[in-house]
Amino acid sequence: MALILNEEQTLLKDSAKDLMTAAAPVTRFRALRDAKDELGYSKDLWAQMVDMGWAGICIPEEFGGLDFGFHGLGLVLEETGRTLAATPLVASILVSASAITLGGNDAQKKVLLPKLAEGSLLMALALDESSHFSPHKIATQAQASGTGFKISGNKVFVLDGHVAETLIVATRTSGKTGDRAGITLFLVDRAAAGVTVTRTKMVDSRNAARISFADVQVEASAMLGELGQGADILDPVLDRAALGLAAEMLGASLEVFERTLAYLKERTQFETKIGSFQALQHRAVDMYCNLELAKSILMEALSAVDEGRTADLPVLASSAKAQLCETLHQISSEGVQMHGGIGMTDEHEIGFFLKRARVAEKTFGDAGYHYDRLANLNGF
Amino acid sequence: MSDIEQFRAETRAWLEDNCPASMRTPSVAEEMVWGGRRATFTNPDSKVWLERMGAKGWTAPMWPAQYGGGGLSMAENAVLESELRRIKARPALASFGLWMLGPVLLEFASESQKLEHLPKIVRGEIRWCQGYSEPGAGSDLAGLQTKAVRDGDVYVINGQKVWTSYADQCDWIFCLVRTDTTVKHNGISFILFDMQSPGVSVKPIKLISGESPFCETFFDDVRVPARDQVGELNQGWTIAKRLLQHERTNIGDFGTAQSPQTPMHEQAKKYIGEDALGRLDDAAMRREIAKYQVRQKAYGLTYARVGQELKAGLGDGAASSILKAVGAELNKHRSELMIDMMGTQGIGWEGDGFNDWEIMQTRGWLRSKANSIEGGTTEINKNVVAKNVLGLPTK
Ligand SMILES: Cc1cc2nc3c(=O)[nH]c(=O)nc-3n(C[C@H](O)[C@H](O)[C@H](O)COP(=O)(O)OP(=O)(O)OC[C@H]3O[C@@H](n4cnc5c(N)ncnc54)[C@H](O)[C@@H]3O)c2cc1C
Repeated sequence: MALILNEEQTLLKDSAKDLMTAAAPVTRFRALRDAKDELGYSKDLWAQMVDMGWAGICIPEEFGGLDFGFHGLGLVLEETGRTLAATPLVASILVSASAITLGGNDAQKKVLLPKLAEGSLLMALALDESSHFSPHKIATQAQASGTGFKISGNKVFVLDGHVAETLIVATRTSGKTGDRAGITLFLVDRAAAGVTVTRTKMVDSRNAARISFADVQVEASAMLGELGQGADILDPVLDRAALGLAAEMLGASLEVFERTLAYLKERTQFETKIGSFQALQHRAVDMYCNLELAKSILMEALSAVDEGRTADLPVLASSAKAQLCETLHQISSEGVQMHGGIGMTDEHEIGFFLKRARVAEKTFGDAGYHYDRLANLNGF
Repeated sequence: MSDIEQFRAETRAWLEDNCPASMRTPSVAEEMVWGGRRATFTNPDSKVWLERMGAKGWTAPMWPAQYGGGGLSMAENAVLESELRRIKARPALASFGLWMLGPVLLEFASESQKLEHLPKIVRGEIRWCQGYSEPGAGSDLAGLQTKAVRDGDVYVINGQKVWTSYADQCDWIFCLVRTDTTVKHNGISFILFDMQSPGVSVKPIKLISGESPFCETFFDDVRVPARDQVGELNQGWTIAKRLLQHERTNIGDFGTAQSPQTPMHEQAKKYIGEDALGRLDDAAMRREIAKYQVRQKAYGLTYARVGQELKAGLGDGAASSILKAVGAELNKHRSELMIDMMGTQGIGWEGDGFNDWEIMQTRGWLRSKANSIEGGTTEINKNVVAKNVLGLPTK
């Protein structure tokens, strides 16, 4: 139960902060949005992050990674959250590399992981089928066909789906929608016949995609994990995904909190700094309290991954994501309110955080989803 | 075997021999031991347990041995705590002397005052109460008016305190008195005296929970030896504030208390029932409990994190400033959930129709409301954090 960073972790965090501040300030994110950039992320920034080794941060050394540990990835994500840097780190590394590492066979690992680690391959997880996160609610069919399978169905909210070259597609090979058993994961080339990708723009100006699969033929070797046992990979991957998002959300929460606090000390009304008003002071302390709680639960959950406490992970991951959803929700809303009119303008950056907050909350399960899951996990 | 392993082995053996079996069962409020001249022991084992622990100084493990303490190092204390936890031992003594007064005496008192008072605290021989609040001085504590006037080698004290917890059962009081009426904070002194001194009278006040744990306390020409003043004349405010820090850490601890036997959600199922899938049959309550459990867990971890940061010499321990307020809020939230899930069984007062446990929850819920008032209110705590931790300006 390490609740403080060790020396290497502190160094990593500092260098992530340095790079994000220098190469990916919020102004860059605004520029991407305004340019209606085709990719939705900066290739330059991604190349620099890959150079730092962050794409391979939790990929095993034998497959070209750094094997630094999951906590390290969390620290980098936290810093991307502070500057709203849109990068392939979530879809390709946090989610897809975790899925290959946890569920791939040797051949799949050998082919995919080194490419992911060197940043030359982008991947995405095609999971959701409705507007509400519910990972076992899968209707997309994969039916035996020739020596392989034929996939048909529709996916929504596929993060980075518009740029990923290889997709991990969650399908149903038996059972009914909602069953945990009967889910099978496949690796699908986005360029395969029958795959149609439609880019959707979310409120945070990042990209997701709707992807339809019409009789898409895949080989049996494209299966990730065992037939019908996809949930055994999916569940632990989604725990890591929720945790990674929570780390990003901590960064965003800290940033909004610090900016808002600075504004309280700077803005004058009624011949005094607005930060001297008790109504605002107490709300600032409420945010501070939530932040401290959030830091602790996140830290514990991140270290649980690296310490191999797999049995604790579902509860810790859901607890951390729920707490961060609550915290960022509160702070991003208060951030706008405490900036007054200027906070409502597109010109001011605080609104970007509010928009990112709501998307991040919905990504890999919102607070309501995770409370429900916790109740299930704890037997009520 | 390393020294610390040796210490663990010895401690384990000693506890095995000396901790009575009934002291290894969950605490019950009636058997809690507060010590003092008038101490009563509902369970005779608790007397034995207090005497043995007191003799070893393990009621105050880290206080120096010359003052009756255990003289343990931080590492040894951690071992003792874990060994006590291992056998689920009850605390041998609950005491304002241990939690609040002792630590400030160690820091501010004279050698003879330490030798006089600390050993009796360790052994639970003298029970202390806290004479801070007055009718006109609560949050604005430094506005206190109880006056002490020097007359030779005694002080003559006149005035009134209020909310003095257990004043009717305590032997001595640590008291804030005004020794200079021309200035506010710099006119306060910190003085100790015997509650049996002529001129002291107490009147219990009944709480909304039905209990009378605290009193109005009156001082009418009470003559107390001037040598029992702690620290310098008119410099009592510094000591008073330090003591409050110790008090708050202790109140914040309530937030880490989990109902020992049955988790909250199992109680809820007993009262509400479950649906066909085994889920609590009240979706809103189910979510509220899960939310409480997340915050509870995060709070416990924050406690642990602050500890690790301090040990590693990292940060400024700023997070500890919020522990009392968050702990109080959590305990209040827990109590509200408990009586809510019990339905009308949670709002009974006494008599037939409610079992002891139910009445205890209801009374406990009422008592919990004090958590955000006692030891300084949550609003005052937030004022302090806003200013000292967040650096927000004052008008
Ligand atoms: C169970 C219990 C046990 C206690 N035991 C002891 C004891 O043993 N010894 C002892 O000396 N005292 C004791 N107290 C007293 C306690 O310390 C005081 O009640 C407390 O400090 C508040 O003072 P007050 O009651 O005068 O409330 P007030 O100060 O009158 O406060 C009333 C309300 O106004 C708010 N308020 C006041 N000032 C401000 C401000 N500047 N900004 C915002 N809000 C403000 C408060 O937060 C509160 O909500 C005990 C209290 C309780 C409930």
